[in-house]
Amino acid sequence: MAWFRRSKENISSDSQKKDTPEGLWTKCESCGEIVHKKVLAQNLWVCAKCNFHFRIGSKEYFSIVLDEGSFKEMDRKMTSKDPLNFVDTKRYKDRIKDTMKKSGLNDAVRCGTGKIKKREVVVACMDFAFVGGSMGSVVGEKISRAIDKAWKTKTPLIIISSSGGARMMEAAYSLMQMAKTSAKLARLSGAGIPYISVMTDPTSGGVTASFAMLGDFHIAEPGALIGFAGPRVIKQTIGKDLPAGFQRAEFVQERGFIDLIVDRKDMKETLSKLLEMIS
Amino acid sequence: MAKVVLDFEKPVIELEQKIEEMRKLSDNLDIADEITTLEKKVGQLRENIFLNLTRWQKVQLARHPERPYTLDYIAMMTTGFIELHGDRTFGDDKSIVGGFAKLDDQAVMVIGHQKGRDTKSNLYRNFGMPQPEGYRKALRLMHLAAKFKKPVITLLDTPGAYPGIEAEERGQAESIARNLREMSCLPVPIIVVVIGEGASGGALGIGVGDRILMLENTWYSVIAPESCSSILWRSWEYKEQAAEALRLTANDLLEQKIIDRIVSEPPGGAHRNPQQAAAVLKDILLEELRPLLKMKTDKLIEQRIEKFSAMGEWNE
Ligand SMILES: [Zn+2]
Repeated sequence: MAWFRRSKENISSDSQKKDTPEGLWTKCESCGEIVHKKVLAQNLWVCAKCNFHFRIGSKEYFSIVLDEGSFKEMDRKMTSKDPLNFVDTKRYKDRIKDTMKKSGLNDAVRCGTGKIKKREVVVACMDFAFVGGSMGSVVGEKISRAIDKAWKTKTPLIIISSSGGARMMEAAYSLMQMAKTSAKLARLSGAGIPYISVMTDPTSGGVTASFAMLGDFHIAEPGALIGFAGPRVIKQTIGKDLPAGFQRAEFVQERGFIDLIVDRKDMKETLSKLLEMIS
Repeated sequence: MAKVVLDFEKPVIELEQKIEEMRKLSDNLDIADEITTLEKKVGQLRENIFLNLTRWQKVQLARHPERPYTLDYIAMMTTGFIELHGDRTFGDDKSIVGGFAKLDDQAVMVIGHQKGRDTKSNLYRNFGMPQPEGYRKALRLMHLAAKFKKPVITLLDTPGAYPGIEAEERGQAESIARNLREMSCLPVPIIVVVIGEGASGGALGIGVGDRILMLENTWYSVIAPESCSSILWRSWEYKEQAAEALRLTANDLLEQKIIDRIVSEPPGGAHRNPQQAAAVLKDILLEELRPLLKMKTDKLIEQRIEKFSAMGEWNE
């Protein structure tokens, strides 16, 4: 099983560099297979040998689940403000600036409208590459507006999560985004509009403890880490090793919190069928 | 009484002890003037110290082991408390307590995190760190309150939701998320009060309401300063800096428009005079409840959703 071996074979960035001459090749984190990046993209960033799902961003995900050319982005220009003048080993302002430059993204989520097999949806997808997909004011506000859009236009909502949790550098503001997005979802649910939550690796902390766990339907990618507390924190607290597969999608489904585990190649079809069924 | 004295409390408490000793002597000696002078001095000293507390010192006060906890406030503020147990699914989480009680003539549902005072009671209360059944018990009680049209008061005081294997297996995240959603549309007034530590999702899990209050010497944030230090500074040594950076005091959160009101504590903190702390809080709760009880349900819920919707700062 992919998730089982991953931690043991976690490769350092050094060895990764050696294994990727000219950056064309990459190594599967799970089975160690060397794959050409173009081949990997063709296979939707899934290892053909072991089915390990590589972490991807919103751009890739939209291309996988939405009809070509149907995505219309909302609130694209919204950026983080640093309301607390937060400084740790680095200034939050600089962290944001650098991450924006490096990732080409404005924050850790992109939202908009699009079509899945000609069916209109409101969609949001998080980007783990942006400060660990953490939720600060921008993520909270953009998700809230996406929910509002679904509510006002009576359109099904899909949120694809990938997040380490709340963004520490916005402190209490970040925490309150959990309440904000959940409150908006209460209103959406009251109006009978479907919401599908798709959880990818990793979905954790404040994101899991708010909108990600509030779907009418919970779909996860195989092997995705899904939980509240991080594995390291839990291990530290209890002073014991964690059981094999702990917090992985398959484990979480066994405990009753995931409806479906869906391979990336089947995601669009599954979303489409679900929406068709309840429309 | 086994006293726990924080570093910055020491000068005040030493002076107070001196006054106490002098009082004992004053039967035989005429030192009333001296005592009065010293009392003035102790008042000034206390004011100076408490006006200039660092954020980390406030965190320490919020964790003071002699601070009143939820059950203490319930005992001091209300009458006829009937504690209700269990989530009807898995068990009874001892780190969250709740039940109906009377605040003067008003029946209310009071729910709060509960810490212990010593090792034994702390183990029993799991150090005030709830598991999913705690949040689910709280939600069950809130639904009861809604059914019988009684307002809800929640008291927040937790170092965080428990990070354990079983807690994860039973859906810690789901239980908190569900509470956030259900509390945001509960058809009765909810007043939330941070009485000690408001650590992250574990606190917020019973923290959505119409009015959010914080006691003067408490903290509320997305993470505890120590954990923040260990993640961002990669060392436990930067907790003071982390506390400053997180801006987690009552004053900070009022400025950030996240809370509505600060409840002042007796001189030296709630632990120096729990009765007075409870009396002040009770008056404020009654005052805050009055307008909320008059509101139409639809408006109440809409206003609550809008309240949280407005939180945050961004550029666009
Ligand atoms: Zn592989």
